[in-house]
Order: sequence, then C-alpha cells, then structure tokens
Amino acid sequence: MWKKRILAIVIVLIGVGLAFFVVKSEYKLNKNFGNASSFLQNHQFRLGLDLSGGSHLIYKADVSAVPAGQVSDSMNALRDVIERRVNLFGVSEPVVQIQEGGFISGNSDEKLIVDLPGVTDVKKAEDMIGQTPLLEFKVEAPKGTPQQVKVGPDGKVNLDASQQYVSTELTGRYLKKATLEFDQNTREPKVGLQFDDTGTKLFDQITKDNVGKTVAIYLDGAPISAPVVREEIPSGTAEISGNFTPTEAKQLVGRLNSGALPVPITLLSTQTIGAILGNNAVHAGVKASIIGFLIIALFLILWYRLPGLIAVLALCIYVLVILTLFKLMPVTLTAAGMAGFIISIGIAVDANVLIFERVKEELRSGRTISDAVATGFSRAWFSIRDSNISSIITAIILFWFGTSLIKGFALTLGMGVLVSMLSAITITRIFLYTIEFVGEGKVARFLFSSGISK
Amino acid sequence: MFIIKNKKIFISISIALVVLSIISMFVFKINKRLGIDFTGGALTEVAYKDARPVQADLNTSLQALNLGSVLLQPAGETSYIVKSRDLTETEHALLLKALSNDGKNVLTETSFNSIGPSIGQELKFKALLLIVLISLAIILFIAFAFRKVSKPVSSWKYGIIVVLTLLHDVAIPIGIFTILSHFYGVEVDALFVVAVLTILGLSVSDTIVIFDRIRENLRNQAMINKINFSETVGKSLEQSYVRSICTSLTVILVLLSLFFFGPVSTKYFALMLTAGMFFGTYSSIFLASPLLVWVEEMQTKNKENKKKK
Repeated sequence: MWKKRILAIVIVLIGVGLAFFVVKSEYKLNKNFGNASSFLQNHQFRLGLDLSGGSHLIYKADVSAVPAGQVSDSMNALRDVIERRVNLFGVSEPVVQIQEGGFISGNSDEKLIVDLPGVTDVKKAEDMIGQTPLLEFKVEAPKGTPQQVKVGPDGKVNLDASQQYVSTELTGRYLKKATLEFDQNTREPKVGLQFDDTGTKLFDQITKDNVGKTVAIYLDGAPISAPVVREEIPSGTAEISGNFTPTEAKQLVGRLNSGALPVPITLLSTQTIGAILGNNAVHAGVKASIIGFLIIALFLILWYRLPGLIAVLALCIYVLVILTLFKLMPVTLTAAGMAGFIISIGIAVDANVLIFERVKEELRSGRTISDAVATGFSRAWFSIRDSNISSIITAIILFWFGTSLIKGFALTLGMGVLVSMLSAITITRIFLYTIEFVGEGKVARFLFSSGISK
Repeated sequence: MFIIKNKKIFISISIALVVLSIISMFVFKINKRLGIDFTGGALTEVAYKDARPVQADLNTSLQALNLGSVLLQPAGETSYIVKSRDLTETEHALLLKALSNDGKNVLTETSFNSIGPSIGQELKFKALLLIVLISLAIILFIAFAFRKVSKPVSSWKYGIIVVLTLLHDVAIPIGIFTILSHFYGVEVDALFVVAVLTILGLSVSDTIVIFDRIRENLRNQAMINKINFSETVGKSLEQSYVRSICTSLTVILVLLSLFFFGPVSTKYFALMLTAGMFFGTYSSIFLASPLLVWVEEMQTKNKENKKKK
C-alpha cells in the first residue's frame, strides 16, 4: 500500500519535473530564457514550415546519366552540396532530404526536398540552391586550329576568346578546398585552390605540358584570369587573382567550397508560408489544444467523479510526457501534427472510459470498490488493446507511405495512442489504488459511480 | 431491446443515408473537386495593406499575363486567393506585380504554393496505395480479432459486417463533404484522404468494443448451453452503448474544439473527422448489431426451410 503511495508521489514529482522542462525550454514561456542552460535552449518545440513560415521546395534530380548502381551515391552527394550551399546563406535549421524513387514509395523520380524556415522569398531561396559555380581550367588551343573571326557591324574584328582555349579534364570537381588569401604586395584579395589527388595529377600534367603558355581559369563559362605557367606545379595548388573585391572573393570561396551539383535538378513545386500566417496557426492550435483539454477534463470529472479526477491527473501527465517527447526526439510540429496531438488527447481518455465503465458494472454486481477496480482493469484491457490496434495500424501505414504532411499527422497520432495506452492504464491504476482509503461508505460508492445515476 | 426489435427501421435509415451520400457524390461531382495537391497548380494568397482593389480590375490585368485560366477569390477582409496553373518563379513574380498594380497597391504575400503536375500524380497514386493497404490491414485485423467466435454466426460474417459499417462510416462523411465542397468551395486535398483513412481506423475500434462484449456474453452463455442470439446481442448493446458513446464523445469534443478554435488549414479536416466519429458510433450501435441479428435470423430461417424440404 505504502509502496504504491510512494510510487504515486514519484509519478507526480516526475510530472512536475516534465512540466518544468516543457515550460522552461520554451522561449515564449520562460522570461529568463536568455540565461537558461544550453540544454533548455536547445529543446524548443521544432515547428514545421507551415507554422514557422518559410519555403518548401521539391526538386527533381535528373539521374538518367548516372549508372544504376550509383544513383543513391550521387543523390547523397547532391544533398550534401545543397546542404552546404544553404548553410552558407545562414538559414537556421534547414532540412534537406532525399526522397528515393521506386514503386513502393510511389515516386517515379528521385527527388530532393528542401525546407528553408524563415525564407519567404522564393526567388532568393531558388537562387541560393540553383547557383552552380562551374570552375574550368582551359589550355591554349594548339597552333593551326582554325579560328573563326567575326566582323562586327561596326567593322571591328572580334576574335572569339573562347576559341583560343580548349577544355581540359580539370574542373571544380577535383577541388579539395578553396581559401581566401591576400597578395602580400598589393593587398589584393585572391582565391587559393587546393586540388585533390586526381586534380593534382591533372594539374601537374597541364602545367608540365604548357610551360611558357597561358592556362585560362573559367568561372561559370567566363574567363576570369589567364596566368602564364612558369614551371611545372606538382603540389596541386593554384591561385586565381582576378579583380575581386574582398566580398566577391569571399563569396567565390564559399561557392567553390560548396562544390558543383553532381546531377542537374529542376524545381517541381514550391510552397511558401508567410510568418504571420504561421504564427496565427500556432496560436489557433495552442488555443484548440487547451480548450479541448479543458472540455475533456470537465467531462471526466462531471461524469466519472473521483476516478474522473484521477483520469484528469493521468491525462496531465500524458500530455507532459508527449510534449517532452516532441521536444527530445525532436518531432517537427505542423498544423496536421498538432491536429494529431489534439485528437490523441481525446483518444487517450478512451482507455479510462472503458475501465471506469467496467468498474461501475462490477460495482453494480455487488463487488467491493477495491475488487471492482481490480477486475475492471483486467477485463477492460482486451477492449483497450483491440480498440487501439486499428488506430495504430492506420498511423503506421500513413507514416510509412505518406507524404511529409501526412507523416506529421500520423507520427503525433501514433505516438499519442501508444503513450496513452500505457499512461491511462498504469498511471490511473497506481493513483486509484492509492486512494483506496476512501472506504466503502455511501459517499465512496457515489464517488466511484458515474453518469447521472446515484 | 428497442434497437434490435426495430432493426429493420435502423438498417433502412443507414441505407438511405449511404444512398443519399453516394447520390450527392455524383450530383455534385466530387471528382471535379480535386485540389492542387492532386491536380497540380498554384495557389497564391496576398493581403493588401489598405482596401483590396476591385476584382474586375485585377481580372483584366491578370488575363493579360497569359497564365491560362486564373481564378480570383476574395478572402478575409483585405485578401485575395489566386488559383492558377503551376507557376515558374518568373511567372510568380509577374503575377505579384500585376496584383500589386506595379507596386501601387501595397501587399504582402501570405502564402504561395505551386505544385507541378507530376507531384499531383504521385499523391494520387499514394492516396490509392494508402487506401488499399489500410483497408487490407483492417480487414486482416478484424479476421484475427474474431477468429475465436464461431457460434452461431461464423467469424467471417462479423468481418463482413464490420467492413460494411466501415463503408457506411466513410461514405456519409464524404457525402457531407461533397455538399460542403459544392456550397463553400472546399477542395479534396491530402488532408481529406488522411481524414477518410483515420475514420477507418477510429470507427472500427468502436464497433470492436461492442462486438467484444457480444463475444464475451456468447462465451458465458455457451457454458450454460442456452443461446438466444438476438437477446444476447441486445443485452450486450445495453451494457456497452454508454461506453461506446463516451469514448467517441471525448474524441468528438476535442475535434469540435479543433474545428472552432484550431488553425484554418485543419478546419474541414476536423469537421470530416467529427462526422466520421459520429456516424462511426451511430453505426456500431444502430447498424452493426442489428445487421448481426438479421444475419443470424436469415441463417435460422434458411435452416428451417431446408428441414421442411
């Protein structure tokens, strides 16, 4: 008996602890948030784009040129590149994920989904993702290559510069890293390049073959500099000195480091939600949750009296556990996800309802209160299990095959049903056993009955 | 019990409701109500700082953009929702320029959603896949849950009855939705599919609570070797209808709170689910059990007829 009471107290204390955590780790609820520990600061609710505002972009990756076995490798490479690019622009918590093609997932194409919280300017978002810095090294065309000369309308002769040079195998693909450097004499910014192993060999070969000639460095198809090679360079380092401003040089370094896209991509769909709209949705969701919770609590207490009150307590702990899980896992909350959570509050008390109805029935058949509670729990278990299984099956299938919107709903609903099954049964049971001291009087029997009956 | 005695009336009511729902699906053409989630297209919502411009003026300037058919809908106090085919970023910029009349009418874009047709196709496929998988899983689950009940009605008949009530529970909310979509322009989107599937999951549990009780009572009676089927079902109903209503009521209460106070995007979702929960509970009391008794009575009649022959 005392063991159970101590257990009940422990559960209440855990509940208080969880409540403390949930409140203190939320910026809007904690006045002193700036000074809170980093653990608390790192566990705010993670809001989906439809709640926080931002852009959701779906790209199709054209992998037709990639050999079948290497598709997933090149998709991973693509994700990494885009992740780096997005990070470069200082977007907080971007999400870049691959959606694989294949029959089971219902996609015919390899897709890349990019979520950019806080970015509501689609143009800007598209730009930062789509920009492909194409770095090429070209050597002088061998003498005797026919060169086309155009005579402009004003009579001037234009020599097409692009024909003076021919492409080599060396491109930005073989770049290990780029660094920002300053010329020691002129203080001009320049970009230092370090090639990887293959790149080093290629560069060595190119410089060896072209001593005394120029090697042109092209960026995005335009020549930026054409230094003369004085000697063979086996170290795999090079530098580009154009007429860069420091900002330009810095940007170029960033873009070169983020690398070129391994496969071409095209934009399939965009979705942008303004911050105000998202904020309104959050407020409405929170309001609906609180009102829903209060109505359920009121119903439980009015209909089931003392056990109802205990069920409300168990429900409080359920809500705290779920919210804590949302923060710790973390679950990205969307409007649909919040709906799933709110519905799960309603489903969470189902188990309690089934148990209490059974207890009431056992009381009518003449059992003592403690007997009725014990049999009520054991007999209601099968109904609880069976009635929740179908919801869990639905949630699992929705989560497995759904799109991101559907997944958000399925996850919160499924988690809610699972956690509530445990919380409603175990926590309510412990609390109910704790208050057995109520006795067997008329008052006690009244407290344990339900509905409009006496 | 009242419901079992008047089972034919209640079964007829359910059939009538389902028939009405199906008729409304055809009359109001639900297949023409697919949202851009499925068909592809763009939805642009803008809020004007001051009063919004006259719709006719905007329509003419939007026609000039050559974006195909563009639909302009007033929303809220100062907003418009623009529906069009899916837009590229350039077209999107042109649209915003036209809406703001070259910047003369200050506006903010509250949301923009452009979905390519291939994404829509994919969602269609996924929706079908989900419906098939979940229906199969639930039928398997029912078959499993009732594998031990065999007398006097065999377990697969319970299964079929549960599936029939499920169809009933899904058909009526869809019927209500088609009427809503006809009068309020609500569209069939991804959430609609989720709502239908969630109704499947939730309403089967309600029927199972009652069938569970019938199962238990049948087992107890089998021990004393005296089975009056319709009485047992009636008694089981009497014992369990309160809890069946209460468990659904708690869910309906939170759903109504979601409908009245929740985010705009999940409003109709909540309404669909409320209707689904309501008819799910209704059908497990007023349809599933009467059907069960009716099936048993047909069985006995057939047996008697055979004996006579």
